[in-house]
Amino acid sequence: MITHVKLACECLIAMLILVQGLAIAEGKVITRNTVSSGHVLRVCADPNNMPFSNHAEQGFENRLAKILGQTLHKQVKYTWWAQRRGFLRATLNANQCDLVMGLPSEDSMVLTTAPYYRSSYVVIYRADRNYAIHSLDDLQLKKLRIGVHLIGNNSPPPAIVLAHHGIINNLVGYNIYGDYRQPNPPLQLIKAVVKGDIDVAIVWGPMAGYFAKHEPIDLTIVPLVNTAHDNLPFEFSIAVGVRKGDEAMKTQLDAALLLNKVAIHALLDEYNVPRVAIVQHPVTVAFRD
Amino acid sequence: MFPFKSERLELNYVFLHSGKAVLNILISFHFIICCALLISNQVAKADVVPNLQWAMPAKNYASTRFSEETQINSANVKKLQVAWTFSTGVLRGHESAPLVVNDTMYVITPYPNILYALDLKQPGGPIKWVYKSNPERASQGVACCDVVNRGAAYSDGKIVFNTLDNHTIAIDANTGKELWKIKLGDINLGETMTMAPLIVKGKVLVGNSGGEMGVRGWLTALDLKSGKIIWRAFSNGPDKDVLIGSDFKSPYPSEAGHDLGIKTWPADAWKTGGGTVWGWISYDPEQDLIYYGTSNPGTWNADQRPGDNKWSSSIFARNPETGYAKWAYQYNPHDFYDYDGVNENVLIDLNIEGKPRKVLIHPDRNGFMYLMDRTNGKVISAEPFTSTNTIEKVDLKTGLPIMAKDKETHQGKLVKDICPAAPGGKDWQPSAYSPLTKLLYVPHNNICMDMKGMQVGYIAGTPYVGAEVKIKAGPGGNRGAFTAWNPVTAKRVWSIKENFPVWSGALATAGDIVFYGTMDRWFKAVDAKTGKELWKFRTGSGVIGQPITYRAPDGKQYVAVLAGVGGWAGAVVAGGLDTKVPYGGLGITNATTDLPLATNSGGTLYVFAIPDVVR
Repeated sequence: MITHVKLACECLIAMLILVQGLAIAEGKVITRNTVSSGHVLRVCADPNNMPFSNHAEQGFENRLAKILGQTLHKQVKYTWWAQRRGFLRATLNANQCDLVMGLPSEDSMVLTTAPYYRSSYVVIYRADRNYAIHSLDDLQLKKLRIGVHLIGNNSPPPAIVLAHHGIINNLVGYNIYGDYRQPNPPLQLIKAVVKGDIDVAIVWGPMAGYFAKHEPIDLTIVPLVNTAHDNLPFEFSIAVGVRKGDEAMKTQLDAALLLNKVAIHALLDEYNVPRVAIVQHPVTVAFRD
Repeated sequence: MFPFKSERLELNYVFLHSGKAVLNILISFHFIICCALLISNQVAKADVVPNLQWAMPAKNYASTRFSEETQINSANVKKLQVAWTFSTGVLRGHESAPLVVNDTMYVITPYPNILYALDLKQPGGPIKWVYKSNPERASQGVACCDVVNRGAAYSDGKIVFNTLDNHTIAIDANTGKELWKIKLGDINLGETMTMAPLIVKGKVLVGNSGGEMGVRGWLTALDLKSGKIIWRAFSNGPDKDVLIGSDFKSPYPSEAGHDLGIKTWPADAWKTGGGTVWGWISYDPEQDLIYYGTSNPGTWNADQRPGDNKWSSSIFARNPETGYAKWAYQYNPHDFYDYDGVNENVLIDLNIEGKPRKVLIHPDRNGFMYLMDRTNGKVISAEPFTSTNTIEKVDLKTGLPIMAKDKETHQGKLVKDICPAAPGGKDWQPSAYSPLTKLLYVPHNNICMDMKGMQVGYIAGTPYVGAEVKIKAGPGGNRGAFTAWNPVTAKRVWSIKENFPVWSGALATAGDIVFYGTMDRWFKAVDAKTGKELWKFRTGSGVIGQPITYRAPDGKQYVAVLAGVGGWAGAVVAGGLDTKVPYGGLGITNATTDLPLATNSGGTLYVFAIPDVVR
């Protein structure tokens, strides 16, 4: 019963946003941003970062940008920039583009749309290893060689939780920036699992799902669920990021995301992106307008 | 006080009116006189570089940034005026020092690293030649804290500098022709180069930047003639890579042992362990040792790298011929706070408790002023020069800092009022030492930070949880200060409060004046003894460059400095960061939200003189 009420609400709001969104798309608000022309959707993206984006526009964020562009009757134009420290500073916040396709909806550097998917960190290992690991409390993790990404001087939350469990010396770091001349530097971590350099890897879900699909051997993917004593989140909602204050762009994108909900889910399925239910209700954010 | 002054002036006069034929003789004269002068003033004998006006950013190997010029002095500095200016055409942070060699001034800009040669024989310093190094555009995306360059160095007819995309380039100082260009690192692996080279005994010493990018830090010696690598010393890993051999003598037990560059890290963490060498190098010819510091440890969150993480946040004393270390000392074992150890080491000889000592002074990021015996690495004193609460004191018996447990940071833990903040009690901005006043003049910060729980970040498609670093003004509300420090008593003599972090270098002269610049566009001269403000000039953009002074072919003393705000502290202006985001620019934007009102970006060289000065 509750579900039905919710759905009804969602439809109504979708209609409202649709009307508002289209009105803005054809109306005055677009002229507010003098740099972007009304016919162009300016996107900043990493040219070498599958499954999210690449220069050949093969990533699911490239595909999503195209979908949103079509809905908003705009042509997608890219500014390419390696996604490293200072990425937002040099791109979105330097007005090189109007949006970045995938950012955590909690990101304080930007204004975000309602999230369009939520995923989690996963444990990934060769299926023939039969570890049956279900959480970071698994005692096998004390002995296995575990690969994690290193992100500047930060680490993914599961790696820090492992450190709190005393799992330090059997952790192997793979720089997420890697060697940028190689295709998709973060992929090296998955390759290491396939080759057997490490026993398991802990990876952000979308990367694991996509790369596992393209490896010649079977890999087991286990989404990580937070247990009560982990003090860091493993799940994140992902949204489109726009410049702070660019409410007009946000409103248009929220409407376009909602309109294409089914297509977006099909797209994420195509890229084998593991997902969990979006906790934060996607529409409530749009009410701020 | 200055027994050789008149002779020196005469020599300059001869030099200026007889052309280059007498140059060599004059240089050797200068050499002798310079030595005599410096010995008489108890500056380390390190200081035997021929006095070619200003041939390296720190003026001399001892890194005193002290000029014996007296034309401009405490009595007449109030008459100082702009003589000429020059726009570099670059908008990012200008941290470099102009060089003056013979009749030419050399200016290196931040990315895109343009080298200008300006003719000082002609009025207004017209361009002699321009060398464009054209670094890879992508290198801008790798640099952590603005795309700065800290200066070039001159030796043997060559100007040598580093580019953001990891090239060291030697240019013919007369013609501007490229003599050699060598690639030493890779932006694809997170490396950049921003430091100023030091040239010692025909070797160009250079190091890398990028401690946050999984880079392994190193210092390399290149042959000045060919650019060929002679040796490379890593800051972590096995002793054979760190160049620790049988000559190495540990100042303390904590620095003793085999392969500490591996053993003080978990598993293979040293391989991405940072310890980059992006700061200053000094040289003592008598000890035949170079001195330099290493950056914070890299990549792993502090919770994931238990151990001292050697040799990050450390100082090395090395033989410049072989690169082998004589001693090393770690300022900040297991760094929690991004306290690099790369700040300058000023080499002087002092009388301490009646005994002559060969010392180095090092104002560290951690807010303590280290006075060390440069022959063996023992700490003589270490006292705070700005607001500190992360370290209770430095134990002089063990050399170890006694850490304040309540300020320790851990992932997800809320810690308020950590002083100093990540940019430190003092960052790269170099001090000056006057052998006349026997004071060290220190441009520095007064900033603290809150590590507020968790912030979600997202890089290369991967969300992570970092600490929310919120940087704010320290006690007193002033974010910067310019402090005169007595190294013998280890006490502050005077201190000038500044609204913003003082991110410029300092310059001291025998005219009993000290120069420095501020981010809110003032270039100032103060009395070296009292700190009293004697003169100030409003520059177009904030000053974070290193002031110098020189005698021009017209016989007059000039003072030169680059204005052009930026750097980490100025990123809010140079990078156009959103001031509504308190955690932008690694937390610095919160501390400098009012900077865009105080200054715009834009690189301009200012050259000052007194119009009717008595020569």
